[in-house]
Amino acid sequence: MISLSTPLVWIVFPALLAAVLLLIQRRERLVTGLATILTAGLAFLAWRLPVKELFFISRWTIRLSDNWSVLGRQFILGAAERPALIVLYLTAAFWFGASYVARPGRGFVPLGLGIVVVLTAAIAVEPFLYAALLIELAVLLSIPLLIPAPGAFQRGILRYLTYQTLGMPFILFAGWMLTGIETAPAEPALVLRLSLLIGLGFAFLVGVFPFHSWIPMLMEEAHPYAVAFIFLLMPGAITFFGIYFLDRYVWLRDSEGLCVVLRSTGVLMVAFAGLWAAFQRHLGRMLGYAVILEIGMSLIAICLKEHSLGFGQENGVGVGTNSAIFFVSLLPRSISLGVWALALTFIQRQTPTLRFFDVQGIARRLPVAGSALIFAHFSLVGLPLLAGYPVRIALLNSLAQTSFYTSLGVLLGMVGLMTGSLRTLAVLVMGVESDWHSVETWGQRFYLILGMIALIVVGLFPQWFLPFVADLAQVFP
Amino acid sequence: MTFESLSSPTMVIVSLTAALLLLSRDWRVSVVTLAVQYSGVFVLTALSWPLEMAAVKLVAGWMACAILGLALMEMPRRGREEISPPLSHALFRLLAAVLMGLMVLSVAPTVATWIPTIALGQTIGGLMLFGLGLLQLGLTEKPLGVTLGLLTVLSGFEILYAVVESSTLVSGLLACVHLGLALAGGYLLAGETVSEVS
Repeated sequence: MISLSTPLVWIVFPALLAAVLLLIQRRERLVTGLATILTAGLAFLAWRLPVKELFFISRWTIRLSDNWSVLGRQFILGAAERPALIVLYLTAAFWFGASYVARPGRGFVPLGLGIVVVLTAAIAVEPFLYAALLIELAVLLSIPLLIPAPGAFQRGILRYLTYQTLGMPFILFAGWMLTGIETAPAEPALVLRLSLLIGLGFAFLVGVFPFHSWIPMLMEEAHPYAVAFIFLLMPGAITFFGIYFLDRYVWLRDSEGLCVVLRSTGVLMVAFAGLWAAFQRHLGRMLGYAVILEIGMSLIAICLKEHSLGFGQENGVGVGTNSAIFFVSLLPRSISLGVWALALTFIQRQTPTLRFFDVQGIARRLPVAGSALIFAHFSLVGLPLLAGYPVRIALLNSLAQTSFYTSLGVLLGMVGLMTGSLRTLAVLVMGVESDWHSVETWGQRFYLILGMIALIVVGLFPQWFLPFVADLAQVFP
Repeated sequence: MTFESLSSPTMVIVSLTAALLLLSRDWRVSVVTLAVQYSGVFVLTALSWPLEMAAVKLVAGWMACAILGLALMEMPRRGREEISPPLSHALFRLLAAVLMGLMVLSVAPTVATWIPTIALGQTIGGLMLFGLGLLQLGLTEKPLGVTLGLLTVLSGFEILYAVVESSTLVSGLLACVHLGLALAGGYLLAGETVSEVS
């Protein structure tokens, strides 16, 4: 009988492969193909492979345990972590697959796989507070991924590194203070100290206002596809970590003040990001503000307890659990950001910069990329029939029952982002040229059209896809 | 002689090194100062950890210094040299460092009551590094300054955290973070050179 453990399958094996891919990164097609197949395979295994049970492959009997001990600490990947593994590796598979046409740099796939591995380790590590250290390692791995060739660095990357690194000490210290406090601490001064440490730690890590300035800066400086990949993975993983944090300390989760602070900060971020997006004149920075808006939406969604998502209710999946809307929003966000970043990449190749002045009329040469960008933008706004719509409706519906003014703030942000999308549309199609002459390759068109179809299908049939993602919320009852 | 007796002088040394990192414009002085600072961090950590575990900090720190030093040596001469700042620039930084030092001295006794078994030398040393590192981060936008600032902040944090956490895994991961930061700093320094040359 062969004994294996889940961390060996989902952490050690892909880590070794990431190292091998880094060595052969010049063979881009092979590297992309291998990484896509491997991550898709690992997502499939996370869905199908039985844990703690005997199973047979040919003549071999295999038993998969769910823990692995390293230096006296445990890495555990059990049934509860399965949905997170599927989402993480499936997302990686899609992004790696499309990276062949996006070409964000030769190191993108191996380093991206490395980041996915480190984030998986962050999900698995016990005590879970050590995840802050692993998230910091993921940040350090992302530096060469964001700036693939030395020479292009500017202030955004330094701020990103600074804020992400500063977050870690606060989280670790808060974690130590929380040790042994399962019930509410009696001392108000301790609660204040804890709240400050936790608040500062997560504000630095997620890019909460006023520590958000690196997001649009980085979006302007680095390759859109690479930045969008990081913007999708890192805030998602950190928010997941934050929810785990809240779940572990019931008194913290149940405190009224926490939800008020999260909701107020979230609304502030949504409203300001929307307003800035409305007046933005750079397509990259526009995506940056959309990301800030999404982070704000996530903060709001964490405390919402939704009873009427409008989909998947027949089997009760994800309904009535805390933060269900946050988990449900992961899929539309992933597709929208992917399509948006891919479209921006193709546009960037045809123009000196992504400023409005330089991209005027670019949709006449890149009609599919222009359409995809607008589709993705509209989806994040929450336009009907697109992937973001069901989630936005669920969030607004739930929020309106909690606080009218908060939902008004969110609406204001959405209107701002909508204004930004209409201005983008106007700029992309304007110009003196009368001819429409596409210069896109068939490969580019294939990926972009596939992305647009995905946005429409998820928007039209959310009940087919979103209940599965909502399963993630079951980890935190 | 035990590490306890070295606590106070080491606290002074690490504070001076952090202040010197803030003031120095010569990369050679900065890297050597950082190496001395790591020696101080080792002594202050050894008050709470076994010697062999505390030595991890020293080895990882010196390796980080070596990485930064090599990256800076690889840079063309023009990229390394800093234009001599006016005297007011150095005075401003010195005054800011003194203010930070005074603030740390005033809050250290309170912080020491929050963490059981911590020595006052560790509290002051840790907070001084944390505060002066933050000051460094606030006053610079150059890759070398940011890297030195982050390494200083983390060193300060680790002195305090060592008192409450003695896990081998955490020690290893923190060493990886120091090395990773030095590597990222070296990478960004190379980027700065290419930008300047082009």
